[in-house]
Amino acid sequence: MSSELLFYKLGMVLFVFAASMVVALYSTYGERKIAAFLQDRIGPNRAGPFGLLQPLADGIKMFMKEEMLPEASSKWLFVLGPCLAMMVALTTGVVIPWAKPIMLDGQPFHFQVSDINIGILYVFGVVSIGVYGIMIGGWASNNKFALLGALRASSQMISYELAMGLSIVALVMTTGTLSVNEIVAQQDAGICNFVYQPLGFLIFLICAFAETNRAPFDLPECESELVGGYHTEYSSMKLGFYLFAEYINMFISSAIISCLYFGGYNFPFAHEMEGILGENMVRVLGFGFLFAKIFGFIFLFMWVRWTLPRFRYDQLMNLGWKVLLPLSILNIVLTGLFLMRNELLDLIIK
Amino acid sequence: MERLTNRSKIVVNKQMTLAEKMYLPAIANGMVITLKHLFKKPATISYPEEKRYIAPVYRGQHVLKRDEAGAERCTACGLCAVSCPAEAITMTAAERRKGDEKLYREEKYAAVYEINMLRCIFCGLCEEACPKEAIFLTDRIVDVSGNREDMIYGKDKLTEPMAADKRIDVSVRQTQEVLDFKQNKAFGHNRTHLDLAKYIQQKNHH
Amino acid sequence: MLTQYAFYFLSILAIFSALMVVFSRNPVHSVLYLVVTFFSIAGHYFLMNSQFLAMVHIIVYAGAIMVLFLYVIMMLNLNTDTEPNKSNWVKGAAVVTGGLMMLILVVSTKSADQLPIQKALNPNIGLISNLGKVLYNEYMLPFEVSSILFLVSMVGAVMLGKKETY
Repeated sequence: MSSELLFYKLGMVLFVFAASMVVALYSTYGERKIAAFLQDRIGPNRAGPFGLLQPLADGIKMFMKEEMLPEASSKWLFVLGPCLAMMVALTTGVVIPWAKPIMLDGQPFHFQVSDINIGILYVFGVVSIGVYGIMIGGWASNNKFALLGALRASSQMISYELAMGLSIVALVMTTGTLSVNEIVAQQDAGICNFVYQPLGFLIFLICAFAETNRAPFDLPECESELVGGYHTEYSSMKLGFYLFAEYINMFISSAIISCLYFGGYNFPFAHEMEGILGENMVRVLGFGFLFAKIFGFIFLFMWVRWTLPRFRYDQLMNLGWKVLLPLSILNIVLTGLFLMRNELLDLIIK
Repeated sequence: MERLTNRSKIVVNKQMTLAEKMYLPAIANGMVITLKHLFKKPATISYPEEKRYIAPVYRGQHVLKRDEAGAERCTACGLCAVSCPAEAITMTAAERRKGDEKLYREEKYAAVYEINMLRCIFCGLCEEACPKEAIFLTDRIVDVSGNREDMIYGKDKLTEPMAADKRIDVSVRQTQEVLDFKQNKAFGHNRTHLDLAKYIQQKNHH
Repeated sequence: MLTQYAFYFLSILAIFSALMVVFSRNPVHSVLYLVVTFFSIAGHYFLMNSQFLAMVHIIVYAGAIMVLFLYVIMMLNLNTDTEPNKSNWVKGAAVVTGGLMMLILVVSTKSADQLPIQKALNPNIGLISNLGKVLYNEYMLPFEVSSILFLVSMVGAVMLGKKETY
C-alpha cells in the first residue's frame, strides 16, 4: 500500500466524515426551519443571519449541559451506547459513490472510499449493528422506561430491516450486482431504477423512514407523549450523539435511496453536455446533482414528519409484517417473472 | 333526532374501501396540504422589533401618578386594595412628616405600595376606585421574570419619574366619556378644598 | 504484512472475547462479548477474501440472532443477583462435559494435520458471484433442502406462537 494511496483514502474518509457531519448539522437547522414554514411560522432567526448559526449554538448548549451518569447503570455500556449509534451512522457512507471518477493528469480519482463488491450488504450489516447502540443504551440506563423504549425501538428496526432487505433483493435481481458503484453506473443510460422498481422503491422508502426512527415511525422516541424512549436517562452530548446520529442516518439513507433508485450522480443530458463543458466539469456537476437529490429526500423526510401523525405500535407491526413483507415478496416474484418473460413466452408458445 | 346545525356529520362505521385502506391517496392529500402551507405568509410577529396593534383602552402595567408639582398623589386610602378582585394590592400607610410636602400631596401617604403582577388580572377596578387619580393602568406590557419575587412590583417600579419629560402618559385611556364623567361628579376626584368651594358656589349659583 | 498483523489482532480479539463470554458474570455482557467474537470472525472471513460470507455473518449472527438473545435476557432481567447458586453436583457435571468436549477438540485437531491439505481451487470462491454459481449449480439440492428445513422450523415457531383455540 503506497503512502499516496493511503493519503488519498484518508482524504476521502475525511470528506465523507465532514460531509455527513455538516449536512447533519444543518439538517437540524433545516428541520426547524421547514417545520416552521409548514406551520406558518418563521423558525430560528436570532443566531446569525437567518439563524444560520443556530446549529452551532445548539451544539454549544449540548456540550455545556450537565453530564449525568445514573448511579446504578453500568458506566462503560452507558457511554458505549451513543458512541455505537454515532459510529454506525458515520460508517455507512463508505460505499456511496459521490461522483464519477474525475480525471486528473490521466489518472482517475474515485469519489468513493471503498468500492466493495457487496456494497449493499455492507450497508445492511452496518444498519443491523445500529440496533446495538439503542439496546445497549437502553439497558445500561438501568431504567424500566428506557429498557422498554429500547425494546420497542429495536423490535421496530429488526422488523423493518426484513422488508427493506427483500425490497433490495428485487433491485439486485434487475441490476445483477451488489456493488453500489456499479448500480449507479448502470443508470447512466438515463432510465433510473425507480422506473423498474416503483413498488420496491416505495417499500424501501417506508422502511428507510422506520430505520431512521423518523416520523411517522418515531415510536422509539415518542417525544410528545411518552416518557422518552431508550434515551430517557441521557443528558448533555451523549443525548446529542443519539439525536445527531438520527440526522446522519437520514442523510446517509437519502444518499443510498438516490444512488439505488434515482441514478446517484447521473443526470439527464449529461452526455450531451460533455461535449460543451468537458468531461470533468460534467462530473463535478453530477456531484452537485447527487447532493440535490439527497437534499430533496431530506426535505421529503422532514415534510413527512410534519404532516403525518405517529403510528400506534400494533399498526406499526402490522404494517411491517403483514403488509410490507408480503408486498416485497410479491415484488420479488413479479420482478422474477418480468426478467424471465422471454423464457416464459417460449414455454407458453410450445 | 333533530339536528342542531347543518354542519354536523352523521358518523357511519362503514368498512373502508381498498383505495382507502391503502392510505397512500390520503397521505398524498395531507402532504399537499402541508406543502401549500410552505408558501403561506408566516403568522409570526417578531415581537421586540414588530409590535402588534394595541387598543386605546388596553390595560397594562400600572403607574402611580404624581401631580404637576411632582408630589405623589396617593394617600393610601386603600380603596384600590379593597376593590381589587384578585387581591393583588397591598399597602402600608404613613403620616407625612414636616418638609415632605413636596414629595407627598396628602397628609397621609403610602410608605409601601405593592402590586403582585402575577395575581393582577388587569381589570382596572383600582383605577376606577381611586379618589385621588393616583393609580392608572397604562399601555405598557409587564416584563417577564424568572422568579416570583421580581413580579411583586413596589413603589420603585410603579411610581412615575419626577422629571417632567419622563412622566408616563395616561391620557390615551382617558376617553372623552371618562373625562366627562370625572368632571361632572359631585365630589370629583383630585380636588382641593378650594376647588370644592368653587364647585359648591357654582352649583348654588345655578 | 498488514494482513498478518490483522490476522493476529483478530485472532487475539476472538479468543479474548470468547473467553470473556464464559467468564463474565453478567449475561448481557456475555452476549455483547459474543457479538465482538462474531465480528472478529467476520474479519477473518474478510481476510480470506470471502466478503459475502463476512457480511452475511455479521447481518445474520450479530445483527439478528444476537439481538434476539439480548431481547430474551433483557426481558427476563437476568442479573448477577438473580443467578441461582449451582450445586457442586452440577458444577462437577459441567467440568466433566467440558473436559470431554476439550478431549474431542484436541483429538480432532491432532488428526487434522494428517489429512492432505486441500488447496482451494479458486481463491475468489468467497466472492458472491462465484459462491452463487457454486451454490445454485453444484449444491442445488442441499441448498434447497436446508431452505425446507428453515421453512419447517418457521412453521413450528408459528404453531408455538399461536394462541391455542379449542
